[in-house]
Amino acid sequence: MSQIKFTLNGKSVAIDSNPLRRLLDVLREDFKNTGVKEGCGEGECGACAVLLNGKLVNSCIVPVGAIDGSEIVTIEGFRKTERFKIISDAFAEAGAVQCGFCTPGMIMATEAILSQNPSPTRDEIADGLSGNLCRCTGMNMIIEAVELASKNGGGK
Amino acid sequence: MTKTYRPKDLSEALDIKASTNAVPLAGGTDLMVRAKRWSGLAPAFQSDVMFIGHLEELRRIADDNDYLTIGAGCTLTEVFENPITPDILKQAISNMASPAIRNIATIGGNICNASPAGDTLPPLYALGAEIIVQSKSGERKIPIEQFIVGPGETILQSDEIVGEIIVPLDKFDKTFYRKIGTRKATALAKISFVGLARISGDIVENIRIAFGAVAPTVVRDEKIEDKIRGKKIAEIFDIANEIAQEYSLQIRPIDDQRSTAQYRKEVSLRLLKYFWESVVV
Repeated sequence: MSQIKFTLNGKSVAIDSNPLRRLLDVLREDFKNTGVKEGCGEGECGACAVLLNGKLVNSCIVPVGAIDGSEIVTIEGFRKTERFKIISDAFAEAGAVQCGFCTPGMIMATEAILSQNPSPTRDEIADGLSGNLCRCTGMNMIIEAVELASKNGGGK
Repeated sequence: MTKTYRPKDLSEALDIKASTNAVPLAGGTDLMVRAKRWSGLAPAFQSDVMFIGHLEELRRIADDNDYLTIGAGCTLTEVFENPITPDILKQAISNMASPAIRNIATIGGNICNASPAGDTLPPLYALGAEIIVQSKSGERKIPIEQFIVGPGETILQSDEIVGEIIVPLDKFDKTFYRKIGTRKATALAKISFVGLARISGDIVENIRIAFGAVAPTVVRDEKIEDKIRGKKIAEIFDIANEIAQEYSLQIRPIDDQRSTAQYRKEVSLRLLKYFWESVVV
């Protein structure tokens, strides 16, 4: 395979790299998007979640060669949006952040939920967050944060 | 170093498959975990790798009135969101992994992985799915129970790729799916059960039963189903013990880190009983 081209947070980028490298490592090391965290490294915890063509994926199990031509949004790109502000404020208000390690992935998962369904039920939120683990908050405050973000217009 | 290929279309993919030992990687959710090394290191694959997740030919879903044809490269999310997808398959998919994994994991990958605990398999066995396998020399159609021959083993030849899955759209008015896992999300099945029935008046016109994760491959027995078909619902209760006994011979679970053989067998037979008493009735 030759060069791998994709869009990262709205900008076209290209790399010459082993296509089997994890998207996670490429984002953190080559593009310094260190908001993308590595937790379990096997797709179970969601700390490395990013949006691939608008859909939530775990970047630790995506080989970079598979995303040629795709659009990637990380927390670094998403934080420049209006929606981020609403979600971030809701997380703060609900006390949904303690150590913060899972938070970038949680925010991306929240965006994935609200962009598809502006007024999710509690069950739909729980399902949407089911691939993201938080070991501090017990999840309830995070679910409340998503409800709050939805109420505050985060889904529009 | 491992060589990688990114074919532009299916025809090029079949050329590559015919001349190399490259393993096809669609979503990669199983393969990447298996090849995983330390953080920062590229995963180590035992063979060359061919990316196929982007191939349009493998991503179509089409239906006529009788069959649903699902491209092997369709993600679980795409299969779930298709309005024609049979309810039993949707229920199984909605219990799989997590949204982020369902967004890239493919149905073809779940079949080719051929795990005894593969979650799409019991519904696909119960629905009578067939696998369309393609190579440079043509294609063949194989019933899923003949395609998968053991844990992680299929009859896929080295020059072949799974192209499509054909799912007959038979009508069932009783649909029962149950997966027993340690938790709801990102859990592998200890046991899964599929029961489908079409009832007309008090007659069981059609019946399908499949058990997952309790034998080297999914347990479905058409001979037992034939005995039930055409019977009155009340008559099933007369032969329920006999049916359970016949399935019991085929339910040969193992002890592993997820569960014990004894638990798996006991719960499988209870799910069967529950299906008769609380779903079919």
